[in-house]
Amino acid sequence: MPQTPLHAEHARLGASFTDFGGWDMPVRYTSDLAEHQAVRESAGLFDISHMAEIFVRGATSPAFLDYALVGLASTIPDGKAKYSMIVDVHGNIIDDLIVYRLEYDSFLIIANAGNRSAVVEALKERVATFGFTDIFDSSDEFALLAIQGPKATAILQTLTDSDLSELPYYSIGNGKVAGVESYLCRTGYTGEDGFEVLFRAESAVEVFNALIKAGAIPCGLASRDTLRLEAGMPLYGHELDLETNPFEANLGRAVKLDRDKDFVGKDALKAISEKPVTKILVGLIGEGKRAARADYLIYATAEVTESIGKITSGALSPSLGYPIAMAYVSPEHSAAGSLVSVDIRGTRLEMKVVKLPFYKRTS
Amino acid sequence: MSNPENLKYTKEHEWVLIEGDVATIGITAYAAEKLGDVVFVDLPKAGTSTTYMKICGEIESTKSVGELYAPLDGEVVESNAAVVSAPETVNSDPFGAGWLIKVRFTNLPELLTVAEYKALTGEA
Repeated sequence: MPQTPLHAEHARLGASFTDFGGWDMPVRYTSDLAEHQAVRESAGLFDISHMAEIFVRGATSPAFLDYALVGLASTIPDGKAKYSMIVDVHGNIIDDLIVYRLEYDSFLIIANAGNRSAVVEALKERVATFGFTDIFDSSDEFALLAIQGPKATAILQTLTDSDLSELPYYSIGNGKVAGVESYLCRTGYTGEDGFEVLFRAESAVEVFNALIKAGAIPCGLASRDTLRLEAGMPLYGHELDLETNPFEANLGRAVKLDRDKDFVGKDALKAISEKPVTKILVGLIGEGKRAARADYLIYATAEVTESIGKITSGALSPSLGYPIAMAYVSPEHSAAGSLVSVDIRGTRLEMKVVKLPFYKRTS
Repeated sequence: MSNPENLKYTKEHEWVLIEGDVATIGITAYAAEKLGDVVFVDLPKAGTSTTYMKICGEIESTKSVGELYAPLDGEVVESNAAVVSAPETVNSDPFGAGWLIKVRFTNLPELLTVAEYKALTGEA
């Protein structure tokens, strides 16, 4: 199983490991609840070097990405980022992505580890008719660290001469971190402020340890999952997959249909957008301590046996103290305030549809 | 955390302390570590009968659900109310305050010795 350049460091810090997207990744170092709390209250450090870094460069790259993705990359200002998706011709989601515009004709795409080859192959296939644009899968050459939490920016600032206050949310800049040339991206997957720092893989150990020494707390993927769930952020393989389109996933805002030029999936997505969806992603909350977990079935009431949906992710929320879940339900049960009944290993739990996110930072 | 020598074990990662005809049962440090932070335990009430290697309770962490298998036939005489209200005790003191249930047993099956359990988990 592939490992990140920091695998030995994780082992040295006592991490337990798990298979994530085909990678042997740290699931926790000591306590996933403590790591979750560290991100909410201080600053957590995640090794996310398993994620894919794909550079798209060339004179036609803005027009190419407009064609290859559901959003308009050509309208992203230099140094800014946009959440987007790559879909198939049926409008179903191959992956969700962050697209950073480095320069006019140079983009960085961060894709999910498990979808790396699917995304690279789709981009290469779609670029064939364009010319003057090259796709570089540089995933193996880079390490990616996320430092997240209310103290993340202050901690990172101690290791760089770049003025981080000049990098607002969803922007990207260059700078040295602990002496290592890096991309500094003000993005994340936790619902907190923070940065994702991208640099050459051979410097991974020194940057990782410098950030820990500066006060960041190493955090595993278990806490990353509860953090993103509280923040209402989808995870590919749970909320998103090849049987789901962006409108069902409540991501229609990322799809730019009102444009003259074609893009892959446009006809299908236009047709989908004009009809009611058959399933829709919602947030659910419950009482007590029992979590509704992925794949548990949902019913309209405690009495009926015909399901109206399925949980995609669920946990006892560490920050809120009650069970939260994301789920696909049929649209007639999707209004905020609707009550549904979830089968938790043979026992029914009443849950209420709520607006996402479950958790929003105050500052 | 090392496995106490005076306990018996099961392949489902329970530990069993035999005192007279009552067995105190919990999950091992190995199992607690694998589960992650325990946030909820569902234990059988006093008076519930237990059957060898049948599920009698659940231990949930943020990431997963672990099942508690009854290591012997008998009747629950007490479940640990302190652990129900503070499930993290399963992580902090799995072989002590984190015990789960006490069962008055009717017969004693063959359980694993500490050496056999260590061999199972690959611990030194």
